[in-house]
Amino acid sequence: MTIALNTHDVAEEITKRIPDAVEEVSNNYILVKGQSLYSVSQFLKDSPSLYFDYLNCIVGTDYIDYIEVVYILESYKHNSTITLKARAYGRDNPTLPSVVALWAGADFQEREIFDLLGVTFTGHPKMKRIFLWEDFEGYPLRRDFL
Amino acid sequence: MDIALFSLEELDALMEEADKHSSTEVVELMAKSQQPIPDDLDWLDEEPRNQILGWGQSNSPWGVNFGLACCAFEMMSSAFSRFDQSRFGMEIMRPSPRQADFMIIAGTVSWKMAPRVRRVYDAMAEPKWVIAMGACAISGGTFASSYAVVPGVNRILPVDVYVPGCPPRPEALIQGFLQMRNKIRLAKQK
Repeated sequence: MTIALNTHDVAEEITKRIPDAVEEVSNNYILVKGQSLYSVSQFLKDSPSLYFDYLNCIVGTDYIDYIEVVYILESYKHNSTITLKARAYGRDNPTLPSVVALWAGADFQEREIFDLLGVTFTGHPKMKRIFLWEDFEGYPLRRDFL
Repeated sequence: MDIALFSLEELDALMEEADKHSSTEVVELMAKSQQPIPDDLDWLDEEPRNQILGWGQSNSPWGVNFGLACCAFEMMSSAFSRFDQSRFGMEIMRPSPRQADFMIIAGTVSWKMAPRVRRVYDAMAEPKWVIAMGACAISGGTFASSYAVVPGVNRILPVDVYVPGCPPRPEALIQGFLQMRNKIRLAKQK
């Protein structure tokens, strides 16, 4: 069975390597700052003791004040899992760094979040709509759509 | 018995006259025959002819192999041995619209898919028929007010038979087939 790692321990390790990256730690997730998302992901992937080599899924949610993106990471080597969160602020052009360079599986999921919630992932090779057509106006999964 | 004897000169003159006559015949016939004579198509009454065409077309329609959503599983299941639509001579689903007579819209059509559906329909040869299968294809179903779903496939192409259900049972789809068959046969008889 996959073990959910203690988020406080992992957050401590992240803070040791990248100070000021972690914004909030709960028993279930680690909330990191948007601008340090890529470096934290890189650390979680490359660190031999953590080695999260598999991105299970990305979830986007609109909380009106901000759009929260949830990354569920898994490690095949250590059979462990962790939940990483980041927040994109602003309604006009919320932005987060892309993690496609680390996990190729993020490609379509980031495009889907861009399509339905309007979060632009900088560094994504092909940031355009995936489900809806190009001329579609608005982002349907936002709370203020319609 | 009197035998008419001709001199060689007289024979020559007769032969020449015959040649001239046949030549005028050829010229006259050629002048008359510039257009082909139309074939008589009325040797068979229109009604039995259409009945034969309708009988043939209604008993062996081929469909496009085209599934859009969950209704497609009921469509597949109706072709398998438990329900066995080949009892009615129509189990063949063609992978190419060029070889198909009818199309089953099996499931939800999203607006992004709609141009592709229309393109498959346009690629089918006439005469062609369409079965709208399930609530989503008929009216959009649960997703009728969605921003991304076509509210009824009859917005984008003409539909002949509606099979209600969510999804319809294979028996319902086969009933729809039979309705379509009747429609093909009756339409020909008009």
